Amino acid sequence: MNRIAEFAAGLLFGLGLILSGMTDPGKVLGFLDLAGAWDPSLAFVMAGAVGVACFGFALARRRGTALLGGAIALPPATPIDRRLVVGSLVFGVGWGLAGFCPGPALVAAAAGTDEALLFTLAMLAGMAAHGITTESAAGSAPVPE
Amino acid sequence: MTIDWNHFTPWTSLAGGALIGAASALLILASGRLLGISGILGGLVAPRRGDALWRLTFLAGLLAAPAAWALFAAPAEPRIEAGGAVLLAAGLLVGWGTRHGSGCTSGHGVCGLSRRSPRSLAATAAFMGTGFATVYLVRHLLA
Repeated sequence: MNRIAEFAAGLLFGLGLILSGMTDPGKVLGFLDLAGAWDPSLAFVMAGAVGVACFGFALARRRGTALLGGAIALPPATPIDRRLVVGSLVFGVGWGLAGFCPGPALVAAAAGTDEALLFTLAMLAGMAAHGITTESAAGSAPVPE
Repeated sequence: MTIDWNHFTPWTSLAGGALIGAASALLILASGRLLGISGILGGLVAPRRGDALWRLTFLAGLLAAPAAWALFAAPAEPRIEAGGAVLLAAGLLVGWGTRHGSGCTSGHGVCGLSRRSPRSLAATAAFMGTGFATVYLVRHLLA
């Protein structure tokens, strides 16, 4: 049952990205371009997503255990640190350069868009590079979020 | 500020967003997992025993989405401006940055804001900020 729920969540998430237009980098960059012809669509995607998910998380917080068994793995409330901010700032630069973030890039690559595949491969290399550099630096284990 | 009315899609974007929110709620409530794409991918780049399967089934569903969509509607043609070198650089920055910052648009933006996490709000403000700044630089100062 867990596997079915996970597959369904992935499928639903991907269909949502396609329907919302977020798999088109032009639409994302249209939102990020405040000084040009501005496309506010991404704000509507966020509003729709948060408007629905907030109920799910409110329920999850009250339950503590998943419907299909096991604990609900919510990230711990750790303080805002330098690592969080620096990483997010760097992510935003890459996002603004190409108009792809991880989810839409994967879906666009699966749809057969060569540029998205190239981006995805570079992204995986960036993730691997991060794993190598932080493991050698030791100490700060990443908090999954 | 001028609105790009030709591309603005309030209703399909709102509806697509609702699906994204429903998927996030489904994964946390049914399986107890947080729907963050960079976190799910990152856990496969450095896999731990017993922790890979749920990630793979989720990703299988995600990657099946374009084929499922094509059963009912024609896929839209993406508008991509970036060339190969820019795509490579952008991918590296997104991969490294999302791992360092513990999340991306889904984990911090959708799930984090939905559960009112101060960390995710800070992260979202940070990546939105440099996203706006980068597009301004590329389209209006360098172009």
